[in-house]
Amino acid sequence: MRFGVVTFPGSNCDRDAYYVIDHTTDADVQFLWHKDTDLSGVDAVVLPGGFSYGDSLRCGAIARFSPIMEEVVRFANAGGPVIGICNGFQVLTESGLLPGAMLRNQGLTFICEDAHLNVANGHLPWTALCPETIVAPIAHHDGCYFADAETLARLEGEGRVAFRYCDRDGEVTEAANPNGSLNNIAGITNARGNVLGMMPHPERNAEAELGDGSGAWVFRSIVRAFVQGEVGR
Amino acid sequence: MRIRVHVTPRVGVLDPQGKAVAGGLRSLGFDEVGEVRVGRVIDVTVAGLSEEQALARGRQMASQLLANEVVEDFDVHVTAN
Repeated sequence: MRFGVVTFPGSNCDRDAYYVIDHTTDADVQFLWHKDTDLSGVDAVVLPGGFSYGDSLRCGAIARFSPIMEEVVRFANAGGPVIGICNGFQVLTESGLLPGAMLRNQGLTFICEDAHLNVANGHLPWTALCPETIVAPIAHHDGCYFADAETLARLEGEGRVAFRYCDRDGEVTEAANPNGSLNNIAGITNARGNVLGMMPHPERNAEAELGDGSGAWVFRSIVRAFVQGEVGR
Repeated sequence: MRIRVHVTPRVGVLDPQGKAVAGGLRSLGFDEVGEVRVGRVIDVTVAGLSEEQALARGRQMASQLLANEVVEDFDVHVTAN
């Protein structure tokens, strides 16, 4: 299995994602350039964190017009695994691959801290190997997840909420919600489960040097799902 | 000709910036302040279009890119200069 990590102008977590896939999973990995018009045959795509196109207009709004995004959308709709982390999640909502939108954090501040995440659905291709809670840092100004009531009910009803902000004991509480996201949502998937968007950075806690390393299970989960033929084009 | 697009947070969508600005205004003594919503203005100059065409094109620009209709509303005006 081979991952492709997309570099947009302003991406700054692309190398972290590359490193983590390379060092903590059995998969191979390569970079993809935003101007590429094909995915070089990769089996999974990472849209990394950062400030693509300087967050001009809205976070992720311009990146969706990158030549490579046309292929990413096609790949995702064909069932290929795609993860968007932080700015990558914003690109996924702006490009219509995931519903909803990110608002300015409720407290108006940029937040950079570890977040405890309750794995709300542990049966998704991206979460199947995750323990009940994982730790992944957040670093964002616009991470307050919003969707209209109907969309939210659909996400909840279909088990498409992958992660919720929780406290150290795994309890999903209002106090543990760092940014005002509806229903403490930190990550969601599309209807098929092959596309995951999450604001926290699992690649920033994938080895013991940076915490408990639990973020690595997100990547290991999708590798296993792919190897077992549960996900993929 | 200039197309002016006003983008504002959709009614019912939390606007923490607006809340903060409202608090600032009240602390300055503007006790009459109710709700404040913070949006943005985007000016686009165009050529070779009638006013009617400019309005229609401006609305397309707004709904396809300038506003995110999941969380924002927009309003399009056209002026001669």
